[in-house]
Amino acid sequence: MTTTPVVTTPLVVQEAQGPGRGLSLLKRLRPSRLIVNIVLGAIALFWLVPSLSMMIISFRPAGLFELSGWWKVFTAPSQLTFQNYKELFTGGSSTVLGGGVPSGLAPGSVLDALRTSLEISIPATFLVTAIASLTAYSIVFGRWRGRNAVFLTIVGLMVVPLQVALIPVASLYKDMGSAFGWNPFGTITGVVIFHVAFGLPFGVFLMRNFYTGIPTALIEAGRIDGAGEWTLFRRVVIPLGIAAAASLAIFQFIWVWNDLLVALVFLGGDPHVPLTLFLYDQERTLAANFWIVSTGSMVSIVVPLIVFLAFQRHFVRGMLAGAVK
Amino acid sequence: MAVVAVDQQHGPARRSARRQGQHHLQSLVFLVPGAVLLLAIVIWPAIATIRYSFYNATATKAVGLSNYKSLFSTADTLIAFRNNVIWVLVFPFIVTVIGLVFAVLSEHIRWATAFKIVIFLPIVFSVTASSLVFTQIFQLDPHVGVMNAIVQTVEDYFHPPGAYPLSAGQTAASLATSGVVAGPNGTLESGLEVRAGGTVRMGLTGVNPDTLTVLGARPARLPTPSAGAVTGLVWRDFSVSNPSNVSGVLPGEDGFPNLHLALLRSDGSIAATTTTDAFGRFIFSNVGAGPFHIQIQASNFTQGFSGTFWLGPQSLTPTSSLSQTAQALLSVPLIDISMILAYLWIWAGFTMVIVAAGLAALDREAQEAAHVDGATEWQTFRRVTIPMLAPVLTVVFVTMVINVLKIFDIVVNLGIDTSQPGGQSSTLASDVYYLGFGGGVHTGLASALAVMLFILVLPAMLFNLKRISGK
Repeated sequence: MTTTPVVTTPLVVQEAQGPGRGLSLLKRLRPSRLIVNIVLGAIALFWLVPSLSMMIISFRPAGLFELSGWWKVFTAPSQLTFQNYKELFTGGSSTVLGGGVPSGLAPGSVLDALRTSLEISIPATFLVTAIASLTAYSIVFGRWRGRNAVFLTIVGLMVVPLQVALIPVASLYKDMGSAFGWNPFGTITGVVIFHVAFGLPFGVFLMRNFYTGIPTALIEAGRIDGAGEWTLFRRVVIPLGIAAAASLAIFQFIWVWNDLLVALVFLGGDPHVPLTLFLYDQERTLAANFWIVSTGSMVSIVVPLIVFLAFQRHFVRGMLAGAVK
Repeated sequence: MAVVAVDQQHGPARRSARRQGQHHLQSLVFLVPGAVLLLAIVIWPAIATIRYSFYNATATKAVGLSNYKSLFSTADTLIAFRNNVIWVLVFPFIVTVIGLVFAVLSEHIRWATAFKIVIFLPIVFSVTASSLVFTQIFQLDPHVGVMNAIVQTVEDYFHPPGAYPLSAGQTAASLATSGVVAGPNGTLESGLEVRAGGTVRMGLTGVNPDTLTVLGARPARLPTPSAGAVTGLVWRDFSVSNPSNVSGVLPGEDGFPNLHLALLRSDGSIAATTTTDAFGRFIFSNVGAGPFHIQIQASNFTQGFSGTFWLGPQSLTPTSSLSQTAQALLSVPLIDISMILAYLWIWAGFTMVIVAAGLAALDREAQEAAHVDGATEWQTFRRVTIPMLAPVLTVVFVTMVINVLKIFDIVVNLGIDTSQPGGQSSTLASDVYYLGFGGGVHTGLASALAVMLFILVLPAMLFNLKRISGK
């Protein structure tokens, strides 16, 4: 099991060297490199088709969707228009789009969904990263007994399907409502709490694996010098573990941003829904509005796309570590 | 415990030991938020779900094992199990192989990073958005859905449609209007016999005027009779200005161009074939004695490929001799195949990146040694690289098994009838949702299903624990 690529951070560094090493080997092997290039080029083009088609549909007049394929745009580029985006962000339900397609969309609902997505994803990401770091610190540098058992329990929790918790948590939330007058069911807070709890096992796992690489002597020296645990955590461990925390945060952000199920259970029927639920509702409850669905999808992928392209390496590292989630 | 031992010490040692005790306490405090959340939102609810699974629909009365019995005896949940089995059997294996192939091949190109990003990107999108992309890719109309457009191009190449494809439910016989009768096997024949030097008029209706325009039809024109030849006209025997005049060739009535005709002898054998011109005229020269009939061949009316309903209710069913329930359980819905294709597009990048990382971490000496010893590239790959990658491939495979056991997003977005249990593409996870929160709320059944899901991922949990604690 020594070659298992999970978790070890050096892996990513090695991965960066991979293609180069492959090439040097290749020179000796001399396969027909041209064929490989052509095949992979065709695969890459093929892989781009779905994203490309969604993008083009979002830039074509709504009425054209039923009439002709998006690929017609290559012979008629004048079809392209920003109309759908304009309508999505500013239009009202009474307007009629090109081709006689009624928009059927409440004004500002996409902006609202965008804001809701952020309101869920940002706190959930921050809390998971912070709480997982604290927990991992306690497990790695604490001296209480049973740390390993706690860690293994958390590892076990990583694969627990969140379906097993939905019904009891929903009733727990409602019970909290009758007991304390505060019912997280149907609120963004309720969704965030659920995401944080189910993000923790992986988060603790990732942070713990990174923290075990920090020399214990460093912490011990700090303790002898009289530093409290909080100070050690803040001043020593967090700065050293910032890369792992970034990986976790980005991974978690994209995970929560793209969630449908939790939002569906805890926010279904609510006027304020995140983008995934907005798209799902549009697709499931209203017919013939493909322009909203494709344009809305484009809006929904912009944020994770930017996050991914900006922090690609961190995301991949988080994913490699979480290969078991 | 440690604190007791500390109190028996004296002086500076005792002071530092007390501080140690504070450290222990503080680091335990760090555990509190995580522990509270995990206990309240993950562990306790999981136990509560197990308890609910032995209760009735409203969780008010214990019912023993009856929920589990109905899980394995109602067709609805069996279909969900069937779909999960299809997903688990098909998807993890294919996606792992694709990831391996992509990872290995991309080592041989200079633009590997660009290639990996292209393949990887769909992971960043929500499964919801990706599903919506695939609803338009799988659109039924080949003019709109790219999948059917591709199938149509291939289909039409091997089975070219006729110039006058019939619309759904239309028969060739229904086109016959004047001087034409239905022939055998979807053909049409002239109603009267004709001999050399004669002229035949065959009037048809029921063809879309647009079809004629596309074929370049001109106003129908009667041919001039010619000695020793059979001549004739096939035209659209319908004029907007004079709809009641049947069989007359009027202005505004177009000829049928490009129609394949045969000259039939009285014994039914084919003497000659020809094609009509833009005016609908045709001529069979030097035909001999006769008498003859003119046949309009069935190939003119062959329908082209009109689209496979990828997201529709068709299934690949093994054999019709089985009972209906057995058929339902053994068939593979087309929708499952479509969803698996879409899911491959989403996840191939994941398996590729992990396998590539494993590949990069390999010690290449073994491969080079194999080459030095004269092994071919395939032998090296098969006998050296794959075994060395086995642990990585196992992790990828297990990860994908867990993933598809819990498959939900794509099923509720692309699937059909998932708004109820027993929908053709429903899975355990979608049934948990719909039984727990959708229309037919049944807490007991939903909990029992969730417990089944949990039991199914247990082997994966043990696999992880063994792997991680063994490190």
